[in-house]
Amino acid sequence: MAVGNVTSFGRNGLSDWLLQRVSAVVMTVYMVFVFGYLVCGGEVTYADWKALHGNFFVRLLSLFAVLSLAAHAWIGMWGVLTDYVTVRLLGPRATAIRIFLQLGMIAMTLTYVVWAIVILWGI
Amino acid sequence: MNDKRPVNLDIGTISLPITAYTSILHRVSGVVLFFATGILLWMLDASLASQESFDSLKAILTSPFAKLVLWGILAALVYHLIAGIRHLFMDFGIGETLEGGVLGARIVIGFAALSIIIVGAWIWL
Repeated sequence: MAVGNVTSFGRNGLSDWLLQRVSAVVMTVYMVFVFGYLVCGGEVTYADWKALHGNFFVRLLSLFAVLSLAAHAWIGMWGVLTDYVTVRLLGPRATAIRIFLQLGMIAMTLTYVVWAIVILWGI
Repeated sequence: MNDKRPVNLDIGTISLPITAYTSILHRVSGVVLFFATGILLWMLDASLASQESFDSLKAILTSPFAKLVLWGILAALVYHLIAGIRHLFMDFGIGETLEGGVLGARIVIGFAALSIIIVGAWIWL
């Protein structure tokens, strides 16, 4: 296994490829739902908004969306970092910089997931 | 692999086709969205925490600067979504030829421009 693969999401190009698509579809469903609600619902009150997010299925959809976002962002940012933060483009220190940035990206992604769960279950 | 092979991928010396611009924009918008997720989660938190935070978020979102930031985030989102849908079409073998790729890139830019204007109108009107 190449060194570049150890920080990828699925450790495997085909699994990353498929996950990128499945997660995109899940997030699209979530976005259509949320924007549909905001555009068609008129003036949204706090009570409406809170009740919406207190609903079990909305909460489940939101959780799926944020987990999809985490996988999608991880795979996408990994692709960008391994393409541009390279020894050929940035010189011999690129590998250390890339690993540092990848770990930072992973930490930020996990923070987003925990934060979203705290928000959704704190209502 | 022979690492001594000549490499010419100096983007500055290559005349890029339209498909390259849609691809780079897809990446740039993705990276923007990765960071913008922090702002969106902060908004979700404020909108749900209490009546007071909900009201103050609504007040913040009336300022022109906040509207501009939100428009920027939604523009990146809309572009990334439309360019992503094109990828799904290409996964099914649609628009994979050179001509199909150029046409697909033009359709993406057209749809994205129109959608970004509509989103802007929704935010400001």
